[in-house]
Amino acid sequence: MAKETGWERNSDPLGIWEHRGKVAMVGRGHSTTDRRWDGESMDKTLGAYSLVAAQNAMEDAGISPDEVDGIISSAGGQANGQPLGEVWAPRPYFDPPYDSEDGLSHVTAEWLAKQLDLKNVTYMNSHGDTVWNLIGQAAQAIGDGRATVCLVTYPNGNMAGRYHQESSLEASGNAQWSSPWGWGLSGQGFTFDQYCRKYGSNHDRMAPFIVQEHKNGRLWPYSYYALHEPEPFTEEDYLNGRMIAKGLSIFDCDRPVQAAACYVVTTAERAKDMKQKPVYILDHTESAFRPRSLVQTLDDTEEWTDIQAKRAYAGSGLTPDDIDLFSPYDGFAVFTQYFLEAFEWRGVKRGDAHDFYAGDISLEGPNPLNAGGGNMGTGRMRTVFITDSMEQLQGRAGPRQVKGKAEIAVTIGVLPGNAGCLVFSSTPD
Amino acid sequence: MPRPIPVPDATSKPFWDACNEKRLIVQHCTYCDRKQFPPEPECRECGWHFHLSWLETSGRGTIVGYSVTYESRIQAWHPEQPFNNVIIALEEDPVINFHSNLPGVPVDEVPVGATVEVEFLEVTDGQLIPEWRVVS
Repeated sequence: MAKETGWERNSDPLGIWEHRGKVAMVGRGHSTTDRRWDGESMDKTLGAYSLVAAQNAMEDAGISPDEVDGIISSAGGQANGQPLGEVWAPRPYFDPPYDSEDGLSHVTAEWLAKQLDLKNVTYMNSHGDTVWNLIGQAAQAIGDGRATVCLVTYPNGNMAGRYHQESSLEASGNAQWSSPWGWGLSGQGFTFDQYCRKYGSNHDRMAPFIVQEHKNGRLWPYSYYALHEPEPFTEEDYLNGRMIAKGLSIFDCDRPVQAAACYVVTTAERAKDMKQKPVYILDHTESAFRPRSLVQTLDDTEEWTDIQAKRAYAGSGLTPDDIDLFSPYDGFAVFTQYFLEAFEWRGVKRGDAHDFYAGDISLEGPNPLNAGGGNMGTGRMRTVFITDSMEQLQGRAGPRQVKGKAEIAVTIGVLPGNAGCLVFSSTPD
Repeated sequence: MPRPIPVPDATSKPFWDACNEKRLIVQHCTYCDRKQFPPEPECRECGWHFHLSWLETSGRGTIVGYSVTYESRIQAWHPEQPFNNVIIALEEDPVINFHSNLPGVPVDEVPVGATVEVEFLEVTDGQLIPEWRVVS
């Protein structure tokens, strides 16, 4: 049995997951997607969107709230509890249920269970991590018998103002080692610089990948771009992107949005009676690393992602050739290449990613990388990685449905240094 | 330019005090024979604190890569944009790295692979921070 903490599968060497194929995902639900919350519309809060997503997920799975006995949520999707947009609190609150931060800047499982009137919940957790980890946690809880039908909600909000702006002239804590030199997103640029020097590439060679992600994302109904900016994104757009740091333009950074999604995770047995075709979970693995010194180097990045790939293959019993759909995270677009090369999907080795991008990575071709469009093509809700994998395996991805085989899907996110990896299958074995 | 000033804590104070004496020091675990920077309360390898001491470094290193910041999250840096963000690997242990803006080197003309030496920059009265200059 998994303990209350320490549920992660992160101890090497890993064996095949003990619940392989015995847990399934069935329903998914989304809210609409906005750029930000306006601070006034109570039907567009993060809480309201989480409720919509949960109701849609239950309807999609064909279950009633009374059938739910587990609920897991993230506190809001931002690392280390960082604020969404400008720091807002203290503030005047609203009438219940918006009389605290819960429901506005974050949404706990407790808040959701109360608003949804879930009477039979016995397992509840507001773990506060990203959606890959939440699904992994739910899978372990279901496999261990802690719950039978679990809702996993993932709210990801955006309020007025810019993220993570630092106005203080006092650099304390970790900032004492970076802010005096103005270090920030330059970290991604530095690692990318090392990559390009080691393997002989450059930023412009990312263009085919980003353009394809935008193209795929325009086909996902909940994508920010499909909803609000449906015009095509071109290679010229990408190459003219405003630079944030060398090696990192505005189009390599995902766009914060206000949205929520929810998934129904259950036992393989129970899934048979639900409305949608089950997507079986063959494995979940987690990992967290720290740089050896002050900053994350390319060596760190390659070592960590190699371990992540090794764990996923050991835990699922699969090989790179078994994966039909691969969806590695792209919150900063440079992440994708590190994951792709580590997993050696389609034989891509270290240094090969940009050559791979130059080939056919379309939905119609043999290598549909990030078929859902990733964050670049949909906005920073992160849930497309889960939803698209499910829909592809269920054969209901609509215009995004890949032409090739769609039986095994793997997704990993969010950071090379801190990630959860999920392996999905259309069959339990 | 006013820039964020390091606020020493119990663990980091010896490092910043040494900077004020124009010495670059890193932690050393005598049990693991391992250098550590940034400083931490315990050795990351063995987990013990009582084998940790401070070791003065050569103050020499190599530029291993860089980026250029065009839009910083740190508002105090906005007037300086764009500026170099350079990573230095310590000569005697290249795993140990340091930040630099490489004063005097034009933006995006950073000589990766060059040897550098530490110097110290006064960022406020009574506080020096390590900076680096190219020597070859």
